[in-house]
Amino acid sequence: MSIDRRQFLKIAGFSTILGIGAATAVNSVRRDAAEASQVESGPDALKAKRWGFVIDMSKFKTDDDFKRVIHACHSIHNVPDFGEPKDEIKWIWKDAFERVFPEQENTYMTGEMKEKPFVVLCNHCAEPPCVRVCPTKATFKRKDGIVMMDMHRCIGCRFCMAACPYGSRSFNFRDPRGKDENGQPFIKEINPEFPTRTKGVVEKCTFCYERLAKGLKPACVEKSGGGIVFGDLEDPNSEVRQLIGKQYTIRRKPELGTQPSIYYIIGGSENA
Amino acid sequence: MLEKALTGGKGYWGWIFFLLGIIGLGFINYLRQFNYGLGITGLSRDVSWGLYIAQFTFLVGVAASAVMLVIPYYLHNYKKFGKILILGEFLAIASVLMCMLFIFCDMGQPMRVMNVILHPTPNSIMFWDMCVLSGYLVLNLVIGWTTLGAELKEVPPPAWVKPLIYLSVPWAVSIHTVTAFLYAGLPGRELWLTAIMAARFLSSAFAAGPALLILLALIVRKLSNFDPGKEAIQSVAKIVTYAMSVNVFFFLLEVFTAFYSRIPAHMAPIKYLFVGLEGHTRLVPFMWTAAALAFVGLVLLINPNTRENESILPFALIAVFVASWIDKGMGLVIGGFVPNPFERVVEYSPTAPELLITLGVYGIGALVLTVLYKVAVAVKQAVGPGEAHH
Repeated sequence: MSIDRRQFLKIAGFSTILGIGAATAVNSVRRDAAEASQVESGPDALKAKRWGFVIDMSKFKTDDDFKRVIHACHSIHNVPDFGEPKDEIKWIWKDAFERVFPEQENTYMTGEMKEKPFVVLCNHCAEPPCVRVCPTKATFKRKDGIVMMDMHRCIGCRFCMAACPYGSRSFNFRDPRGKDENGQPFIKEINPEFPTRTKGVVEKCTFCYERLAKGLKPACVEKSGGGIVFGDLEDPNSEVRQLIGKQYTIRRKPELGTQPSIYYIIGGSENA
Repeated sequence: MLEKALTGGKGYWGWIFFLLGIIGLGFINYLRQFNYGLGITGLSRDVSWGLYIAQFTFLVGVAASAVMLVIPYYLHNYKKFGKILILGEFLAIASVLMCMLFIFCDMGQPMRVMNVILHPTPNSIMFWDMCVLSGYLVLNLVIGWTTLGAELKEVPPPAWVKPLIYLSVPWAVSIHTVTAFLYAGLPGRELWLTAIMAARFLSSAFAAGPALLILLALIVRKLSNFDPGKEAIQSVAKIVTYAMSVNVFFFLLEVFTAFYSRIPAHMAPIKYLFVGLEGHTRLVPFMWTAAALAFVGLVLLINPNTRENESILPFALIAVFVASWIDKGMGLVIGGFVPNPFERVVEYSPTAPELLITLGVYGIGALVLTVLYKVAVAVKQAVGPGEAHH
């Protein structure tokens, strides 16, 4: 069989395209088989079917109780402080009851209750809208329910920030490894055990996956003085399930069907 | 055919270099953004999309609107569109190109853009938007270039183009539907969470896109002896009239649903846009300008005496175009983020570098459009007057 130049070029061209296509397909299947950005679990690793928090707000009495928890998280995770609300990055912070639970609108609620500060962080939803919209699987749900971020895969499109109904996600509008005009670094003291991020990626609370892998409690739990309890929501005998069974708990915007894994005990007065 | 863009008078080259200047300015500012990060823009963790994504959204509509010429010409054999059709197809090419550039400008990690292809994620609407947009770009390039090339050789276009042309009809609808789905499927963003989002997108697209097309056709007619024909222009103007009427109607449906149900979360973003919220009124003057322009544009278009008067028609079209641009290029995207999930009002306004980058992208679009139109007009002139072959 003889082929002319035109046919040869056609066949050569098609084979190249097919080859590149097949290689890409195989690569993408192989890469997606493993979840990205993980740490190896140690022998003492804490495991669960679905991690969750119960936050008892009655245990947060002073401003210091909040600060301690927030500082513990932000310092070990190298969360930068850009000193400007526009570029702010936060993994865990506090906000007023009426802001955290706007659907609980109550005309005759006292100002004190409306203003009562609550701890807020990523809800690690069972049905996370951020995971649904991410075009690169840079944010994904682990088998233990943690909604994870792969900061090396994130393209910074911020679709997840539009999708999150809780405002839990922050974007690196600047280089977190940089310095301000006065030469002050944005990360005061770098923790070498946790990666710093690059500009242009989204980040948020990752439930201290790196600490769980070593058998440690999440940092906020450790510093909360019993205010934040963590455990397996799927295990009826876990401490979190015991608390949810005994006390009245609420979650943020449950009507959206996202199934948050963060439960709140309101507290605030003797009758709560 | 591209060589035809290399010959032109002083005015032509002046315009080209003017555009190159604007593009250069935009590019320098993009390098600044690339270096500093998106913090150089007015975006924040509360309003995380702004001017770039809004322009992208608006221009997807302009791109899709080419279908308003393709349907009458190819499906209803409306031969009067024979000349203006190529202007519509080339406008679609320039618009899709700008869409892609705006997405690129908005990315925090633009060097990782290939991750969307390396890790294809069918549950993400963004992934599908990338697929349909690139497909639409290729379709219009192939169709436009092939039909124009055939015209130059004075032969009918090859038979294989026909199926592609038919495919481009649902494809045009799909690009704007998928773009609407970027917004309409997000829980907790009440301004966007509406089933008629795609319908609203299409109606505003079919008003703004053809309005721009007529304006461009009038400019082309003024600068060359290429005349798309009075009847064609009037027919497109009627399309603009119907589409804009439907667009305003759809918007009023949203207002009714929000304000008759009186659900606070549904009313809040519309209040923010038109009367301000908690004292924040940055977009109010723009939205009322849009409302006034939409009204004036519609009055001038619906009245046949003013619509058929070619010295009034351009003003009506400018009014419609600017109204749709404010509605979609400013109000829709920013309004979706206000108030934020904590029901706080955080306002946004673009910064100077952000505006210059935006202008630069429009400059690239205008440059591509100029070159394509120059080729199209040169081909039409070379062939001479008479019925087009495709």
